[in-house]
Amino acid sequence: MTMQEKKALRAQQRAEKQRKKEESYYLASQWTLMARKLGRHHLARVSLVILAILYLSALFADFIAPSNLTAYNSKAQSLPPTQIHLFHEGEFIGPFVYESAWETKKMSVKEMQAAKKAAQEAGIPFSTKQIVTDTTTPHKLRLFVEGPAYKWLGLIESNIHLFGTESGVGVYLYGTDTMGRDLFSRLLLGSQVSLTIPFAGTAISFVLGILLGSISGYFGGKIDNVIQRVIEVLNSLPSLPLWMALSAAIPPNIPPVQMYLMITVILSLIGWTGLARVVRGKFMSLKNEDFVVAARLAGVSDMKIILKHLVPGFMSYLIVSLTMGIPGMIIGETSMSFLGLGIQAPATSWGVLLKEAQSVTNIAQNPWCLIPLIYVVIAVLAFNFLGDGMRDAADPYK
Amino acid sequence: MEASATKAEPRRNPFSSPMARFIYKRVLTFIPIMLIMSLLIFIIIQLPPGDYLTTYIAGLKAEGQVVEEAEIAMLKEQFGLDQPWYVQYFKWIWNIITDFNFGYSFDFGRPVWPVIAEVLPMTIAVSLITMLFGYLVGIPLGIYSAVRQYSLGDYVLTFIGFLGMAMPNFLFAILLMYGTYIWTGTAFIGLYTEEILLAVNSGAMQWYHVLVHPDFWARMTIPILVMGTDGLCGTLRSMRAQMLDELGCQYVLAARAKGVSEARIIYKYCLRAALNPTVSGLSGMLSKIFNGSTISAIVLNLQIMGPRLYDALKAQDMYLAGTILLVMGFLIVLGTLLSDIVLAWLDPRIRFEGRSAD
Repeated sequence: MTMQEKKALRAQQRAEKQRKKEESYYLASQWTLMARKLGRHHLARVSLVILAILYLSALFADFIAPSNLTAYNSKAQSLPPTQIHLFHEGEFIGPFVYESAWETKKMSVKEMQAAKKAAQEAGIPFSTKQIVTDTTTPHKLRLFVEGPAYKWLGLIESNIHLFGTESGVGVYLYGTDTMGRDLFSRLLLGSQVSLTIPFAGTAISFVLGILLGSISGYFGGKIDNVIQRVIEVLNSLPSLPLWMALSAAIPPNIPPVQMYLMITVILSLIGWTGLARVVRGKFMSLKNEDFVVAARLAGVSDMKIILKHLVPGFMSYLIVSLTMGIPGMIIGETSMSFLGLGIQAPATSWGVLLKEAQSVTNIAQNPWCLIPLIYVVIAVLAFNFLGDGMRDAADPYK
Repeated sequence: MEASATKAEPRRNPFSSPMARFIYKRVLTFIPIMLIMSLLIFIIIQLPPGDYLTTYIAGLKAEGQVVEEAEIAMLKEQFGLDQPWYVQYFKWIWNIITDFNFGYSFDFGRPVWPVIAEVLPMTIAVSLITMLFGYLVGIPLGIYSAVRQYSLGDYVLTFIGFLGMAMPNFLFAILLMYGTYIWTGTAFIGLYTEEILLAVNSGAMQWYHVLVHPDFWARMTIPILVMGTDGLCGTLRSMRAQMLDELGCQYVLAARAKGVSEARIIYKYCLRAALNPTVSGLSGMLSKIFNGSTISAIVLNLQIMGPRLYDALKAQDMYLAGTILLVMGFLIVLGTLLSDIVLAWLDPRIRFEGRSAD
């Protein structure tokens, strides 16, 4: 083969590649095109990565969290985040922690009076207890250590945790709460609830919204009027009394799974109205299109027209408005649990964790109890940005 | 449908102008909505098991007091609690319509209306101030953001807008309280300072006196920021999107080509069209303020309707809770009505559409 032949072959191959690329673009389904556009949206891409991390850590929470929901240490109440050191007495020995605990200070009466006076002048509450850190013995951090037993996804029993100390000294990445429980573990385990309720809730809202919205938009007239009035009334009612009434109607002492489902249903019963409006609007604009009239004349049943011909036509819009609806549900669950109307102990969620942030004095003393707030805001922001990117991607004119 | 009938009608109708007809029609739908809402509210309050008396009697028994069956029966009859819920509902509604009597608050031990009237002016004042704040700040910022798209200011505003919508109100309240506590050493809790509270309780000050008191405004800063931010960010986002859509329209190009000044294009033409969704979101904003404010008002300990509703619901003080909900619902529906009227005034298409739909 001469050089020229090789060159020609390469050019041919390049042209072939180009053609294939174009072909794949022209033949790509609506969904592929949307995914491509979404990939070009920077904020949406970053959000997707953040959400993936959040959900993966929720999925493997039992494994990643060094502790479980019930374990507590009465000597480690309200401890600040544990510092991770690398050098012990000037010598590099790898990552390790020192043990910290509350201990009562031993002092004479005179010393106590002096300390009281000093505390008063500084304006801080006086206490004989103080956090004592034992800096003589380093506790090395290890991967895959044994800890409290758990059953991953209710299937695999294990007691191996991602990290920890062999001596069992607590590593509190985000500090501990007022009962001496590890905030990091509770946050991860709580995200299993806080991050999945919106999905389950949206699924229910989705069905309700499509059903009622399509009936309202397709048939119009009196049915439409009634459904629209119901939506108006539901929208005008403040959601707090609805939550309170509905959650008061949940029988006490039911298993956490059932409680979880009930709260999801409550949230979605309030959340479907927005979607129904979107669906209705789409139906109104589509129902007199030629292809729908043709289908009707051909004797296709109403239900089949709705499900086979109309719904796929604006599925992308629905998914966008669903994504936009998730943040509201996250905030809803957080508010409910914050007021004590949602998830109950021993189960936990971000809202339950934020209960500790109810009083200003508590925040002033343990500012790390606000860490769950950061998680809530990040999750909500990520869903908002993702929804924004999806809306742009779903818009064929952009 | 019946085009001939509607064409003949306007002459005989006293509401001959489309605007008046539109308002008349909207006001008519007001009544059934309020009735449905009252029924729904009553069902919701009745939903939790038990009622105020059972809780009250359980409390008495827990304290070791002897409560006789006859006494219970008497109390039940007195409050009408021995009847089925629909009878209670109709009695309640009937008394409201004929007598303006909203029932009796078990918890406060007096009629419901004075209990609400105490906090109603302040509730409306706080809501209106918050709403004004949201609009007066949100609309100009939205315009700025759209006109200077992709500028540094736009990016900052977009970020703040999203953050404001992502942050739950009550947590924002906590953060601000924590902030003031750190900076000033005192947490700004409640609407009134002790001095004002004393004057209000002794009757020396009315709510309109409070409104002009400088200390009150110092206390109002956090509530306004907390409750207004949500609406502000929503307004900002939708104003920006709408303005961008309008600025991309052909008529803007035509106006520019004709040499119309940029300020005139923005304020005279684009703004008017772009205001539409913001105005129709008025009722949504009102209900958002009521909703969002309830939890943040509990956190901030404001003396307005929200916390009172929360307490009433917790104590199953049903007539008080029901009436508060009714008043809130009424205000929201009123807000919807007003926003519809403003919309019809802004956009002539809506007025005429109402007529042709008959």
